[in-house]
Amino acid sequence: MTLPSLTLLAQAVLSGIFVGALYGLLGLGLSLSWGLLRQINLSHFALAFLGAYLTYQLVSVGGMDPLATLLIIAPCFFVVGAAIHWMLARFAVTPLNSLLVTFGLTVIVESSIQWYWTADFRRLVSSYGEIKFRAGPLYLPLPELITLFLAVSLCLATWAVLRYTDLGKSIRAAAEDGAMATAFGVNHRAQAALLSGACAALAAAAGVCLALTYTLTPSQIYAWIGVVFAAVMIGGLGSAIGPLVAGIIIGVAEAITMAVTAPSWAPLASFTLLIVVLLVRAGR
Amino acid sequence: MAALLAGGALLFAIPYLGLPAFYETFLYLVFHWIVLATSWNILCGYSGYFSFGHGAFFGLGVYTTATLAGRFQWPFLATLPAAALVAAGVGIALGAVVFRVRQVRGELFALLTLAVTFVLATIVVSTPIDGGPGVYLSGVAVPALGPTPSGSFYLMALIAAAATVGSAWWIYRSRLGSGLFAIRDDEDVAEVLGVPTFRYKLAALAISSAFAGIAGGIQALFVSYVTASETFSIIVPLTVVLMSVLGGTRHWAGPAVGATVITVISYASTAGDHVLAGRAAVGAILIVIILFMPDGILGTLLDRRARRAAMAADRSSAPQPVPVREVPTPASAPARNQPAKADAPLLELHGLSKSFAGIHALQGVDLVVREGDILGLLGPNGSGKSTLINVISGHYRADAGRMVFAGQELQGLPAHAIARLGIARTYQIPRPFAHLTVRDNVVLTAMFGRAAEDRVDATRQAEHWLEFTGLAGKAKVLPDDLNLHQRKFLELARALAARPRLLLLDEVLSGLTPSEIDSAVALIRRIHDQGTTIVLVEHIMRAVLALAGRIVVLDQGRVIANGSPAEVMTHPAVVTAYLGSQADAVR
Repeated sequence: MTLPSLTLLAQAVLSGIFVGALYGLLGLGLSLSWGLLRQINLSHFALAFLGAYLTYQLVSVGGMDPLATLLIIAPCFFVVGAAIHWMLARFAVTPLNSLLVTFGLTVIVESSIQWYWTADFRRLVSSYGEIKFRAGPLYLPLPELITLFLAVSLCLATWAVLRYTDLGKSIRAAAEDGAMATAFGVNHRAQAALLSGACAALAAAAGVCLALTYTLTPSQIYAWIGVVFAAVMIGGLGSAIGPLVAGIIIGVAEAITMAVTAPSWAPLASFTLLIVVLLVRAGR
Repeated sequence: MAALLAGGALLFAIPYLGLPAFYETFLYLVFHWIVLATSWNILCGYSGYFSFGHGAFFGLGVYTTATLAGRFQWPFLATLPAAALVAAGVGIALGAVVFRVRQVRGELFALLTLAVTFVLATIVVSTPIDGGPGVYLSGVAVPALGPTPSGSFYLMALIAAAATVGSAWWIYRSRLGSGLFAIRDDEDVAEVLGVPTFRYKLAALAISSAFAGIAGGIQALFVSYVTASETFSIIVPLTVVLMSVLGGTRHWAGPAVGATVITVISYASTAGDHVLAGRAAVGAILIVIILFMPDGILGTLLDRRARRAAMAADRSSAPQPVPVREVPTPASAPARNQPAKADAPLLELHGLSKSFAGIHALQGVDLVVREGDILGLLGPNGSGKSTLINVISGHYRADAGRMVFAGQELQGLPAHAIARLGIARTYQIPRPFAHLTVRDNVVLTAMFGRAAEDRVDATRQAEHWLEFTGLAGKAKVLPDDLNLHQRKFLELARALAARPRLLLLDEVLSGLTPSEIDSAVALIRRIHDQGTTIVLVEHIMRAVLALAGRIVVLDQGRVIANGSPAEVMTHPAVVTAYLGSQADAVR
């Protein structure tokens, strides 16, 4: 174990914040559907990657601006998300079975991606990719900054909606007790479909960020599941800010672990953190 | 039975039939997944603790064998027990931590186990166990069990699958299995009724992970090149869960059915030209089956059959008479409690205190219950009656004070040990095990309560108490099909089947109609006549006065009166605390 230089460490922390923001953004939709709808939506990851591939396609073939693709993808995904919710609600799927159903969806989406785009690595080439800012000795790449900005603003916006609007309050009430909320005049079903659609739209946003910052390959869908679940669990189910904060903590912990030891030790940080948090929180 | 033996002989004969190796390899995969899915189900299906960490135990087996056979040149077969031991050891260590935390259930347990998988993977990759590039086992000799290597793998997997399914079947029918299924439905109630939940979960986890370890050990040699990313991938636990849920997690054979179906489907799809379409089809089939058969193939089929049987039984039995009438005379009750020396103290509480986050539910309660008493426990809502019951039965641990039951100290004992000593309780809102039949609900306490009988005796015992409470005609239905009155009586039958010395009745009468109350009062008196001491928590004053020889009144966690009904009812503190403020509660 060698102690790296201060600059290297600072750069590591910075990259941890960037990747953590993406954990948080991916975790946001997962946390909302899990905490407020009792649906563990594994297909959230598949949708995010589908979004990333669609961004790739629209940019490299259609010549669009990466961020502008969100205007097309997000509304489409909203419909998809509402449809998924309709299916899960129609059959009164239990939380655990919702995991299995959405795993089935994930397999279908993954196969479709691989069929159309093949298993080859795909890298989005965009005007943003080359731009880097410098702050002293540190590099701040623009795609990562966009991710951070999107993650923070979307999480804050979601939090504000849930906290302050009537819609948000009734969604939280329905999450506590759907039947009771319905008895008090909350249109639980419509709200749940809306929320599920919003989660899918958030997956689209995460997808754009994925396309901007990562090289894409279909099997990568599964690589993100563990750590994003960790962020959601540490941050708290149904919370909008929690996953972002937890994601950034995990990201920084991983980055420091990587800088100080070997890159392969990185997952140890996040999952040890998760295990400790779960045990300590449950033990209270 | 003969068909089973013939089938088994045929399976063992397959390697000698000279079939192309392709068949043996395919069947190897089927058995491999049967071992993994069935072993997963022994913990997760039976007890309801769904784990996503089965890949961890599988992976431990893979790497134990890879290390011992690959690096230390152990003969392959000798590595398999080691693989099982390592996996079981880690399982026990994990369980000893996780199962102590009451709230780690459901999704929390699932994720915790998943996290453990990733931690293990990280350790394996980053240490010389693997180091990153993977471990080659091409130099390790395949034991010559069959005529060919593929035949040997087939036989090893077949033996492992037979052992796993056999264990699952045995556990399913054993005490352990009954306890685990009770845990799945309501763990707190199971513990209070006498199931040693912690030990049972630990045992199930150890058995489950040992078989996963063996499957991993065999698989390591089968693939002959192991990498951490393949071994610990999320695909293994997800597939295993999928197979079990597909087949049905409440049955010992469910996972084997699911594993066979999925392996066949995915093999058929990957063998064809349209690999991707095949994979997508697997996903689609999964969705359809979960949506339309949420209890799995076997679960749905068996459920349908059970429902038909119950309906047939319903039709054949005459309309139920009022329960009290058909109760046999107490003399015919088997193994009745000896009415011990009356007036000897059975339960003594000294200075019992319990607080919840600053709320003092019990503040130094002193109480003596004598052998043969019916003690009425009264008090306004929130006075601590239910807390007292929960502390005596061991569900809560008292903060201070002593409890002595029949000369034995109770404090610090786990709830199941207290039940074993002879204390049984009912719940105000009935909490039957929803997926066990009415009879099995009662059998369970006969097996785990003070009587601690084997299944045959317990079933006889259960029949008796079902008869006693007038539920005999409902023995085969699920508790959901009972009305409130019947559910309350099921609570009673369940408590009685434990043959308790002390019975704690928590508002058994609330919510019943006046005539139902009369029959319940008669029933309680008959229970008492058999020599059972009773503590009766009740709001319905008429019933308390009819039954109780002595009354204790609690208010704000303290005993404010203790004496005969006449004394207590005129006690000034009672009048102000209880009757004065809530006079309308008294009928």
